Amino acid sequence: MWSQIAPAFRITLVMTILTGLIYPAVVTGIAQMVFPNQARGSLVTVDGKVVGSELIGQNFSKPEYFHPRPSAAGAGYDGALSSGSNYGPTNQKLSDRVKASVEQYRQENPDYTGPIPADAVTTSASGLDPHITPANADVQVSRVAKARGGDAAAVRQLVDRSTDRPWLGFIGEARVNVLRLNLALDRDLPRK
Amino acid sequence: MTAIGIYQILFFFLIILALTKPVGMFMARVFQGERTFLHPILRPMERLIYRLSGVREDVEQHWTQYAGAVLAISIAKFAFTYLIQRLQGFLPLNPQGFSTAAAAQGATPMTPDLAFNTAVSFMTNTNWQSYVGETTMSYFVQMAALTVQNFTSAAAGIAIAIALVRGFARHEVKTIGNFWVDFTRATVYVLLPLAFVAALIFASQGVVQNWDAYTQATTVEGATQTIAQGPVASQEAIKQLGTNGGGFFNANSAHPFENPTPLSTTLQILLIFVLPAALTYTFGSMVKDTRQGWSLFAAMSIMFFIGVFTAYWSEQRGNPILAQQGIETAVTATQPGGNMEGKEVRFGIAQSALFATVTTDASCGAVNTMHDSFTPLGGLVPLFNMQTGEVIFGGVGAGLYGILLYAILAVFIAGLMVGRTPEYLGKKIEQKEVKMAMLALIACAFSILVFTAISTVLQFPKDSYWNPQGPAIGNLNNAGPHGFAEILYAYTSGTANNGSAFAGISANTPWYNLTIGLAMLIGRFLFLLPLLAVAGSLAAKKQIPVTSGTLPTHGGLFVGLLVGTVLIVGALTFFPALSLGPIVEHFLMRQGRLFSLAIPSLMDLPWLS
Repeated sequence: MWSQIAPAFRITLVMTILTGLIYPAVVTGIAQMVFPNQARGSLVTVDGKVVGSELIGQNFSKPEYFHPRPSAAGAGYDGALSSGSNYGPTNQKLSDRVKASVEQYRQENPDYTGPIPADAVTTSASGLDPHITPANADVQVSRVAKARGGDAAAVRQLVDRSTDRPWLGFIGEARVNVLRLNLALDRDLPRK
Repeated sequence: MTAIGIYQILFFFLIILALTKPVGMFMARVFQGERTFLHPILRPMERLIYRLSGVREDVEQHWTQYAGAVLAISIAKFAFTYLIQRLQGFLPLNPQGFSTAAAAQGATPMTPDLAFNTAVSFMTNTNWQSYVGETTMSYFVQMAALTVQNFTSAAAGIAIAIALVRGFARHEVKTIGNFWVDFTRATVYVLLPLAFVAALIFASQGVVQNWDAYTQATTVEGATQTIAQGPVASQEAIKQLGTNGGGFFNANSAHPFENPTPLSTTLQILLIFVLPAALTYTFGSMVKDTRQGWSLFAAMSIMFFIGVFTAYWSEQRGNPILAQQGIETAVTATQPGGNMEGKEVRFGIAQSALFATVTTDASCGAVNTMHDSFTPLGGLVPLFNMQTGEVIFGGVGAGLYGILLYAILAVFIAGLMVGRTPEYLGKKIEQKEVKMAMLALIACAFSILVFTAISTVLQFPKDSYWNPQGPAIGNLNNAGPHGFAEILYAYTSGTANNGSAFAGISANTPWYNLTIGLAMLIGRFLFLLPLLAVAGSLAAKKQIPVTSGTLPTHGGLFVGLLVGTVLIVGALTFFPALSLGPIVEHFLMRQGRLFSLAIPSLMDLPWLS
């Protein structure tokens, strides 16, 4: 083994330069040139100020906005501390937290009495899920429309425009991007 | 389960099936030194690496020298990774100032035990995350330490598998190839080109690739949000392709910047399986009987489907405790239902269950969903996949050498049943081979079960150096059988060099960092060294002719025997431990039982009360 030590250190150094510096640098160069927006985090600006990233969920609590899922990242949607709750299915805390979320959801959306879409009261894996399900958005439409003094049909139309379909029609899930939707609301249906 | 969910799983499998032959043939050519279409561009790079490293391409190695080279590069890899991490405060590309006075308040210190754990973890292709990437590591560490380890541990795995295949393919020779050459070729011709293309596809989907400081955003409602950045796409590609799995961010492939779309998640699981699946063809091609490779592929596929449909079924069925609270757990046209705790909306249930199965079939350990929040039977699948040694396609290289080990055992058991000396591929399987195979299996089982047992009962004083939380079960995030499963999962994942976690456990303490690090070393080296010994011993043997008494090692009988061996050996070893964890939890969940974390002491283990 000892006779192999010298080549081992030399080849590790060579590989560090090749795969640790040259490779990421080349990928960075090309990505920044070809996909400049994506490579920098799909940031969204309003009036020249960064309001977030289209891919990173952020908190909304006002009634005139669609609300994202509960988040376990830091104090909630902490973009520098991604995390799930890691509660197992038989954890008392999971049951308690969901119970509280259910109550809050019912209070916020009194017009709806059916079963609650699961995503609305569960935390995501990253704590930064930028999406909600179309079912969850549907429930919130009437609250948002009321708070904005607009009609539900117009809100529903914006929901549709912010909905991404599954890839190739069957891979992944249909999903509503909450930040994109709320910015569209502010633009097209400002509060009266 | 829904039809669309099943189509997603079949679609994925069909692509893997289609890629197996072309990629496998390509690798067979590369490792037998033949020219490929990439040689005009990459051959000069290969030669340059040999020149700079002082390697002679034309010298072959005895198995002991080959093993020596594997150990030597592991030492070098460990040293580099450890030092770069510890010195990150003095190194460039550190916009968040980690390990310097400028670090933010929430930053995690890079302690010696954390650096040790991470260095061992990346050196052994485990990529367990005791670290929280975005609060601990500079971009320089992510690139020059972690990305490099992703490449090199994968290349080493492929090299070892190829050496073992040569053991079967060669007769009456003393050498099994040259580690440095196999290692370099795996990197230059296989890993780098594929990773490069994949990284750019990831970038197109929204995976970030920059060296910017974290972005400060003022959200629509006026709050401040810090958004972590980094050179993620380049690492993401090799993290999957090399079945490494260590995330750039804490949430790994669930983080939208690592895995933003259904397309990117599909590409990630394809990258995980493509090389392990193709290696079965490489194996068949090199032993000059491709039916042998396809038999292994068939056995792996059967076990893959059992696992993925169990996990999918269980996750889609959801958690009855939550269903009682008025939550929709059935599928409707506009939401996926099921157990959505710890899952992302864009992946839903099917892609989450598929990813969890694939990542633990292989020794990847990347996650796009939090396994800790899986239903008990859904979580049992990843656990059992790892405990059987990750031979369902498996890690790059590691999966092939793992399944060959089981093949040796399978023909041995069959030989015992009919009273003949077992043979595999024209080689007599004798005492030495079976001893070595058993050594590898027992070492892994020992590491998983004994470390778990110790951590379940071990007491530390509160605020002690070794475990500030007090007793080793004080680090759990869940009580009852699920808490036990967190410990079992941690040592299983470490030993199996997987790296995924029931991540609720706070494993960043000296006790867990050290023991999980040891488990990784046992799982890597007490597995591959016996196998290299087998390779050397096989290469030296004569080939014996096939007779009417030879058990054919292709076709349905052998596939059934192989699957049976894997499942029975796994079940016999781990059923007692599993029944204390996910199995009993399943029944308790159906009854609606809930568990709270008590302050644990030895006489008051929550799951005994």
